[in-house]
Amino acid sequence: MGEDGLWGIELGYFASLTENRNAITHLDCLVDVVGDKDDGLLELLLQALLDRHEATTEGPRRLWRIPAAFSPAFAPQLNEAAALAGLTPEQAVAQIEAAKVRVIAIGFAPGQPYLGMLPDDWDIPRQSELTKSLPPGALITAVRQLIIWAADAPTGWRHIGQTAFRVYLPETATPFAFEPGDAVQFQSVSDTDYRAIAANTDTNGGATCEVLR
Amino acid sequence: MLTLTIHSAGPGLTVQDLGRPGWKAQGLSTGGAADPLALFESAALLGVEPSDAVIEMMGFGGTFSVNEGMRIALTGAVMQADIDGDAIPPNATHFLPAGAKLTIRGAQKGVFGYLRLAGGIATDPIMDSRATHLTAGIGRRLQTGDTLPLGPDPDRMRVPQKLTPADRFSGDTIRIMPGPQTDFFSPATQEAFCATVFHRSPSGNRQGIRLDHDSGCFGTTGGLSNVSDLIVPGDIQMTGDSVPYVLLAECQTIGGYPRIGSVIPADLPKIAQAAPGTPLQFTFLTVAEADATATSQAATQRALTKMCQPMIRDPHDIADLLRYQLISGATPGDDLERP
Repeated sequence: MGEDGLWGIELGYFASLTENRNAITHLDCLVDVVGDKDDGLLELLLQALLDRHEATTEGPRRLWRIPAAFSPAFAPQLNEAAALAGLTPEQAVAQIEAAKVRVIAIGFAPGQPYLGMLPDDWDIPRQSELTKSLPPGALITAVRQLIIWAADAPTGWRHIGQTAFRVYLPETATPFAFEPGDAVQFQSVSDTDYRAIAANTDTNGGATCEVLR
Repeated sequence: MLTLTIHSAGPGLTVQDLGRPGWKAQGLSTGGAADPLALFESAALLGVEPSDAVIEMMGFGGTFSVNEGMRIALTGAVMQADIDGDAIPPNATHFLPAGAKLTIRGAQKGVFGYLRLAGGIATDPIMDSRATHLTAGIGRRLQTGDTLPLGPDPDRMRVPQKLTPADRFSGDTIRIMPGPQTDFFSPATQEAFCATVFHRSPSGNRQGIRLDHDSGCFGTTGGLSNVSDLIVPGDIQMTGDSVPYVLLAECQTIGGYPRIGSVIPADLPKIAQAAPGTPLQFTFLTVAEADATATSQAATQRALTKMCQPMIRDPHDIADLLRYQLISGATPGDDLERP
């Protein structure tokens, strides 16, 4: 954009214009802005940014299949969340297994996906008390969404399953597993199978990634 | 190789720079120094790039030495320091000779102190930055016995400089701007929020700080059912039990708790540097007013460079003046005329 005299502005954009969710642009005035810093200039920049990214109505580019354990030992709040959704725990697990959720956004912690949307039953609020910490890979839910937890932080979302999947691998060349728009399907496994998967460091939590297009 | 050795480390020592922008879409916040103004101050003093890496010291300092002499500057939180027992003031440049022990003590004012060595910390960058990001697992806290690589001092003979920094340690009124969720709070709640004197809670770190208060509730309707949204440093999140948190450099990138507003970047160092118990009150600016306070990094650096003054020691301040040999000898005055 140098020809327009607009160099020096760093524009970062957040992922994901999918599923009617919001997008945000972030303008960092790291160095001097040439020209007036008025709304007209910002509009111009945003339009240029949008023009670079074509909207697409094609389906997901990749489908992840990720094993998860749902027994009480690995899913301490499944019963509570299912009750709030008006389901039995078995129905709840069946609905989660059936859903092909999409990566709506990546954030809170590095690589951590917000996955949605679950059926309407799952429009349940966060809990008012924060859970102090969760194991990495915990499957948690609120407001029709799922997260594979990757943060060392408290959360108000409920813990309803457990994966051995790492969404962020800082020691590798491709540290972030997911791309915005990816589809994800969870597969219920027994505690024994889950423990075997978690112990096997050759795979990332037994997950597979199928490239669809 | 030029190195910095850490002979003793306080619990909150990390390598920091201006952070790692451009990864928010992957969930990695920019991070970097909790009080970036302190990095600009020390860069202006030493005449080096503000993006060079420094040591951030949260609350407590440490003992350091270098294997080749170089200039240093201490900025941010006020921490007593000495080189081999000789006290050195903050916000000024000093020469740290090879092998001499630089001792930096606990913060007397503020929270985050910074040690900048003129050559910069020269660890391997990760995603174009040397900043430790503890919550993202990038880097780690520094420990006693660590040795870090340094760059060379680019201008060892530069005239020593001093600077009087903006006071940002006593809290005061913090300017905030409205955000996309300010309207979730009723006008009465917003007014009550601005009328409340908060105190910085003992609970806080590089991610954010909690604000204590004994006023009522700053609730919204449906605060637990919002779809999670993108957040930035400075945002004031109201957690479920009406406890406000102000987010700092190492914050998460997405959050679900409603935000009543956002501290403008110019005032964020006052939040980072508020020690536990410091009173803090908030006042709303309009977006246009807030925008008018935005300053580019380059402009900040130019302004601070202009504020630097050469350090001239006033004889009045030299406690051991009589120990200096101010006259190199006395003669009868006719030496040259004698045969």
